[in-house]
Amino acid sequence: MINQYKFEDGPELRDLFITVDDPESHITAIETFITYRVVTKTTRGEFDSSEYEVRRRYQDFLWLKSKLEEAHPTLIIPPLPEKFIMRGMVERFSDEFIETRRKALHKFLNRIADHPTLTFNEDFKIFLIAQAWELSSHKKQGPGLLSRMGQTVRAVASSVRGAVKNRPEMFTEMNNYMETFSQKINLLDKIAHRIYKEERDYCNEMKEYGPIHTLWSASEEAIGDSLRGLAGCIERCCRATERRMAGLSEHLLPMLHEYVLYSEILMGVLKRRDQIQGELDSRVDALANKKTEKDLFSEEIGKLEDKVERANNALKADWDRWKQNMQWDMRSTFTNVAENNLRYYEECLATWESFLASQTVDLHVDEDSEDRP
Amino acid sequence: MARPEPGSAPARSAAAEPPSPMESTEPEPSGSRPEEEEEEEEEEEEEEEEEDEGALPGPEQPLAAMEDCLAKKMEITVSEAEKRTGRNAMNIQETYTAYLIETRAVESQSEGQCAPVESLWRRYSEFELLRNYLSVTYPHIVVPPLPEKRADFVWHKLSADNMDPDFVERRRIGLENFLLRVASHPVLCQDKIFYAFLMQEGGWKEMVNETGFQLKADSRLKALNATFRVKNPDKRFTELKHYSDELQSVISHLLRVRARVADRLYGVYKVHGNYGRVFSEWSAIEKEMGDGLQSAGHHMDVYAASIDDILEEEEHYADQLKEYLFYAEALRAVCRKHELMQYDLEMAAQDLTSKKQQCEELATGTVRTFSLKGMTSKLFGQETPEQREAKIKVLEEQIQEGEEQLKSKNLEGRDFVKSAWADIERFKEQKNHDLKEALISYAVMQISMCKKGIQVWTNAKECFSKM
Repeated sequence: MINQYKFEDGPELRDLFITVDDPESHITAIETFITYRVVTKTTRGEFDSSEYEVRRRYQDFLWLKSKLEEAHPTLIIPPLPEKFIMRGMVERFSDEFIETRRKALHKFLNRIADHPTLTFNEDFKIFLIAQAWELSSHKKQGPGLLSRMGQTVRAVASSVRGAVKNRPEMFTEMNNYMETFSQKINLLDKIAHRIYKEERDYCNEMKEYGPIHTLWSASEEAIGDSLRGLAGCIERCCRATERRMAGLSEHLLPMLHEYVLYSEILMGVLKRRDQIQGELDSRVDALANKKTEKDLFSEEIGKLEDKVERANNALKADWDRWKQNMQWDMRSTFTNVAENNLRYYEECLATWESFLASQTVDLHVDEDSEDRP
Repeated sequence: MARPEPGSAPARSAAAEPPSPMESTEPEPSGSRPEEEEEEEEEEEEEEEEEDEGALPGPEQPLAAMEDCLAKKMEITVSEAEKRTGRNAMNIQETYTAYLIETRAVESQSEGQCAPVESLWRRYSEFELLRNYLSVTYPHIVVPPLPEKRADFVWHKLSADNMDPDFVERRRIGLENFLLRVASHPVLCQDKIFYAFLMQEGGWKEMVNETGFQLKADSRLKALNATFRVKNPDKRFTELKHYSDELQSVISHLLRVRARVADRLYGVYKVHGNYGRVFSEWSAIEKEMGDGLQSAGHHMDVYAASIDDILEEEEHYADQLKEYLFYAEALRAVCRKHELMQYDLEMAAQDLTSKKQQCEELATGTVRTFSLKGMTSKLFGQETPEQREAKIKVLEEQIQEGEEQLKSKNLEGRDFVKSAWADIERFKEQKNHDLKEALISYAVMQISMCKKGIQVWTNAKECFSKM
């Protein structure tokens, strides 16, 4: 049974703190790659020391993820940032790309640390503390590439067999949910990117719009100040728009992207559970015809049944946990978006109100001077 | 918004000013006339005037004081627009829009008794004819411009089609604005043709053509690119021409970019509408988050819809700027007229000088400058004294004529400069006032947009926090 941990462990309960920072590029004869510094601080007994510092490259993270998937096929392993980003044609080694990746990697490790089961995974520990050469040699020890490939082949084969007939209702519901969720989250991701683009284009046009008023003010006397004031307002609103955009790219866009990845991960997890059940079902079917040797195989069936039960329970618990986290993430991120937009409009409002005040003050001043004899 | 209302804004801008400069610079003091004076009296006075050839219909007739401008005496509206089909001058079937002009006399002490509304229909080409007439007849006046003939500077959502109802509506407002501007102009409001335009549906075109104004029009003014080598233009007009060029260029640029900004802003708002749809669909599969998502989605729809009204209001602001874009053209026309007059004057003076010289040479027998006559006389012998006398006499007559013409041209030119400059001063004050108000109205629009945004996102934030 998996213990039900509080979905968001407070900082007081955490005993493992991880940071990912300091990207550095390495140039060798064959390739160029980036390594990131991973610093771990811990009070756990299993760790010999209380602080570790290692350097890891993207490949190492990929290795860790696959090891975790292997060890816990029906647990929800957090998403890793993708190898390449096609959209926006960000260059592979641009500062923007590296920073986005670094933040995602940081989140990845921390989510594992927060996970009640994964946090105690042995490969995870080694990832955090081993020196480069130690990690390389450890990597070579695991089940070889071929066996991993074999698993994949089996996975594909079993999924071809179609929907599992004895699938518990709960998991069918999960499947249906994930199908819709995946569709919606992908749409939201596209919408959010589109909004970012429109805001950026708007900002660019405003950058041209403002200065025209300043140019105009050069040929005017009486309204020169008003025109310059207007130009100033437009510039301030422009900067407010940039801050609004920054808010999107810092919080909403990465979060939606993670959940796009999560939806793929979850579909995979559900498939693997079906696979495990499929193994049991096919064994049971095969043995149904052989009446005489039932006793011999009861142990085997028993083991498979246990496997299925463990997988189901692990998935159920992790699913609940995931849903709660998802709800929290959505709530906090969209609230943040709303706050961002509020701040934007409040800034712009203040700008225009102060301009208006300055203009109407001038009008009163003019009227006063006319009254004077 | 600084949109002139019947009998108010243009007159308001005039009334708010100190007494018109024209009243103080006039050779004949006009004085302010009592308000009870009927319009018929004005017309009588106009009929009494004899208009000299080439004299300006401005300085010689008493100008209307601000209170007596037609705009104050009469409510003028362009209240409706209607699609019509008919045959045009070349007997070809065409579709056009007709505009209903309604007028009503304003009683100075109305006690529930309203004067009847009179109305007639006019089409855009008739407005154009009116304006052409005014421009030719009052070349020293900055004549108010008409709204654009074709939709220009539109952002993508607006149609560039002349028959589009939104375009027609905005044109209707622009035409009304034009009439109010003319009616509140101290000189133009007294014009008979203008009055007839408002009151007399039939036979008006013939009336305009009978004035023969087309003959007075100087075709050289139409040639926009022609430059005249003027040696001594009034520097103020040269500066003013530069100013009008700059104004035209900067406002066009502004309007172009504004249209693009509007496009982008539209995009930002409308894409948020997609959130509404997706949130709603997503909420169907969520138990705890469902309500928050659904209501947040509704607010996203509200946000997306709000941009339509916002941008429609902004169109009015663009129209205010456009009016001054076209005013720049009117300003330039006055400068060109001055240039032309100055050019004619300089040519006439040059011609006179050369004639005087010829005369002197003939009289004294000295040839100071090379001339063909001089050469021929050297080659073929001197003229007879009788021949010379005859020539001198002709030249002297021409010189006398020339001197009189030069005198009157000089006078004309000075009068023109004086009255044109007076109207330009009036125009400058109007422009400064109107543009400042337009900028203020722009700020007011932005403030309203921000407040709407704050409201929507405050509501959305509450919904999100309940997810």
